[in-house]
Amino acid sequence: MTGMGTTAAMLAGIPGMGNPISPERALETVDVALKKQLADVALNAARSKGATYTDIRIGRYLNQFVVTREDKVQNIVNTESYGLGIRVVANGSWGFAATDKIDKESIAKAAETAVAIAKENSRLMSEPVQLAPQKGFGEVSWKAPIEKNAFEVPIKEKVDLLLGVNDAAMKGGANYVTSILFMVNEQKYFASSDGSYIDQDIHRIWPTFFITKIDPTSGKFETRNALSAPMGMGYEYLYARPQDKIKGVTTLYKGRYDMLEDAKSGAAQAAEKLVAKSVEPGKYDLVLDPSHLWLTIHESCGHPTELDRVLGYEANFAGTSFLTLDKWQSKKFNYGSKLVNIVADKTQTGSLGAVGYDDEGVKCGQWDVIKEGILVNYQTIRDQAHILNLPASQGCCYADNWSSVQFQRMPNISLQAGTQKRSIDDLIKGVKKGIYIIGDGSFSIDQQRYNFQFGGQLYYEIKDGKIAGMLKDVAYQSNTQEFWNSCVDIADQNDYRLGGSFFDGKGQPQQVSAVSHGSATTRFNGVNVINTARNIG
Amino acid sequence: MAILTKDEAHALMKKVLSYSKADECEVNLTGTNTNNVRYARNAVSTSGSVAQTTLIVSSAFGKKLGVATINEYDDASLEKVVRRAEELAKLAPENPEFVSFLAQQPYNESHTYSPKTAAITPAMRADAVSQSLQVAKEGKLISAGYLEDTVGFAAMMNSKGLFAYNTSTNVNFSVTMRTEDGKGSGYITRGYNDITKLDTKKTTQIAADKGIKSATARAIEPGKYTVILEPAAAAVLLENIFFGLDARQADEGRSFLSMAGGKTKLGEKLVDERVNIYSDPLNSELPTSPWTGDGRAQEKVSWIEKGVVKNLTYSRYWAEKKGVKAIPAPDGVIMEGGTKSIEELIKGTKKGILVTRLWYIRPVDPQTLLLTGLTRDGTFYIENGEIKYPIKNLRFNESPVIMLNNLEELGKAERTVSGESFAHYLIPPLKIRDFTFSSLSDAV
Repeated sequence: MTGMGTTAAMLAGIPGMGNPISPERALETVDVALKKQLADVALNAARSKGATYTDIRIGRYLNQFVVTREDKVQNIVNTESYGLGIRVVANGSWGFAATDKIDKESIAKAAETAVAIAKENSRLMSEPVQLAPQKGFGEVSWKAPIEKNAFEVPIKEKVDLLLGVNDAAMKGGANYVTSILFMVNEQKYFASSDGSYIDQDIHRIWPTFFITKIDPTSGKFETRNALSAPMGMGYEYLYARPQDKIKGVTTLYKGRYDMLEDAKSGAAQAAEKLVAKSVEPGKYDLVLDPSHLWLTIHESCGHPTELDRVLGYEANFAGTSFLTLDKWQSKKFNYGSKLVNIVADKTQTGSLGAVGYDDEGVKCGQWDVIKEGILVNYQTIRDQAHILNLPASQGCCYADNWSSVQFQRMPNISLQAGTQKRSIDDLIKGVKKGIYIIGDGSFSIDQQRYNFQFGGQLYYEIKDGKIAGMLKDVAYQSNTQEFWNSCVDIADQNDYRLGGSFFDGKGQPQQVSAVSHGSATTRFNGVNVINTARNIG
Repeated sequence: MAILTKDEAHALMKKVLSYSKADECEVNLTGTNTNNVRYARNAVSTSGSVAQTTLIVSSAFGKKLGVATINEYDDASLEKVVRRAEELAKLAPENPEFVSFLAQQPYNESHTYSPKTAAITPAMRADAVSQSLQVAKEGKLISAGYLEDTVGFAAMMNSKGLFAYNTSTNVNFSVTMRTEDGKGSGYITRGYNDITKLDTKKTTQIAADKGIKSATARAIEPGKYTVILEPAAAAVLLENIFFGLDARQADEGRSFLSMAGGKTKLGEKLVDERVNIYSDPLNSELPTSPWTGDGRAQEKVSWIEKGVVKNLTYSRYWAEKKGVKAIPAPDGVIMEGGTKSIEELIKGTKKGILVTRLWYIRPVDPQTLLLTGLTRDGTFYIENGEIKYPIKNLRFNESPVIMLNNLEELGKAERTVSGESFAHYLIPPLKIRDFTFSSLSDAV
């Protein structure tokens, strides 16, 4: 599931994310030598109490949010959450305890609690934990390859940018506009009884806006959200260059984002949506832009290939998966057409999921999940690898905070670009009756990931290979296997772009994670489109 | 720091305020102890225990506001957090929407705390889960569930003389029971302030029965059907109305409560005249806090009366601008029901569908509050007053506003927990005609 809804929904979680701090404090770091000393306290304490495996994550989670509407700054929030979580195996069972008291005594006590919980849980255990072997890496570090740390950029520059965006939207005819900059820095230290001491520095950024245009006579309103992507980048994401722009029916962005330009287009397009033609329901060939397709990939490829869902660990909340183990074992489950190659990748530069090592000390890499339309693999962590007869974990373990227990989370899951030279125009040219969809909108999928419905931000009718104007009230419904088998055309690598979610939810208690999904513009034939217009008087 | 008494909280916050040099200062102090046990595949998978206490200081100079937080309570730390809030306020841009803090308000007595829930032990928690697991083993079913209990306090004080204090307890339980062949699945969720009301064995048995009865479901044609929505299914649709009661959104013309010419539906008939929706912090089945985080009193408020929109929620800024009372958003919402049980509603239904749970609800069109989502964990076809057979899950596209205009009958209200927002409500089962299902799903 991915939570992206309204501004209010996004801000609702802020108080739980950490303690407010000054912007300057975010630039301070914790000494690695000190973290190693603290980690050793936990490792030794847990071992002495009977743990057969221990890991400790010392995490400092920094967030900054700048929120504006029209000509006003609504909120500037700087938060820090600093503490540690200790996970152990004792008597064959997992135990976990966390504390925000960073002293040797509190750490030893937390380790002791984790072991006690593991022993308690082992009474209700069905089979002991089997951890895939993992060699220790010694003392290593990984830093996200950012160009400009967003936390170093003065608040004033950010406020000026957002107020400029709002001004452009209002001058363009918008009635209301909210714009937001989200910035995240995870400073994570991991140590385990395997002999790893891993220090990592991870950055994420998401600029976005919501424009509303109202027709006062009819009382109708339309919205247009930003076409940006949340990225695993620094502030450089906001320094757009001409080579990062794809010109077409609207400007699209690749790797860098021009927020001001998009807001101008957004205001005009919100007004255009008010007078656009309401879609005639029926079968259409869909040409889906990466700013839209990422969410369909996330829901229909990403979630069903999570091994914990397949096994039933999420049955009570997020759900299970239609991609049962027999389908993988058959080596011939036809997930999609031969063009469909889905790759899991924890290393992709600029992506939200890129790290050097996961939250149980596994070095990250990439692997095929769907190859030429056939299901070939899942996403696993250390205590699942044996189920697939894998020699090692695939490095998909993540916790959203030091106080959360790590579990299996989705790596970047992406559709590979086409190998033939194809542009967006080439794709559109081949379509007789279709709809070109840009940006993500409404989204919903069943608990086993068969039936879905998606909307977007912008819909353009395609008639005889040409854009014939804007449509509204569009949503498409399909079945995952049927949909991916209707994939007939994919643009080439030049068009490959990342989209993603900042707030993908899973687990009980629920945790969020950030993940990217790449693709080039892709065509799907004969998809069922419904009309979403209603009248409530 | 554990759960503070009223006197301890008062003394601590008084000390914090004594350090303030700002024009205005407000202190919020909260503490919670939360414990959970999660299980899947008939065994405990994880369990956790988190204790958190937070002191938030809000300092204002004119319309410039700074907020700082701390979780250490010695004198030096308390003074430091006040100074930091003041520094941040001085750096902040002026917020034209800042409203001066409230003076003392009259608050109702609270009923949100149950000593028995506060006294739950790890052994009691393990026993509750073990009883649920036992139902799965006896029925040869596969269970996945989650039990969480919380005890907490909240207090606030400000330089205008306001002081408020409350303690609360909460327990949430949910379980999914699947057949071994994966063809059947049943679910139940329960939430209470008082843990003695929770019977995990009995509750799990209901989910188990649904799981068994839902196996080998048949496909039916999507279309418009009469549906009976169990409270858990009705809640996830209705809460979109409850969350959308904001007056500012309506006044600004971007809500389902907006009308042409800048008007709103306040005072207008929105839904069937049998619909009455209100909130009441003193309700014995759904007690909620007598005050909000900004110090406003929570009172009994009618939101929809005889189908007419009676009140909207206001921020203090918007209420001041509009010259009206600043009614806060409610903590718990109650929809009046009738007297019939679900069984009685089924008995009176010629053809229809019983929906026990809805899932992945997302807005499609904010103008009409059109929502989409799917049935899950037990959907049944009703014919001539009886459940005939389980049916495959269906996707719907429906607005709760249209739905409440197509109301056939209301059953007896019961406390339920939203599977989407986790909010608690008192909601009756609803019998609705012409509910729109648009496609089939193979999901179990």
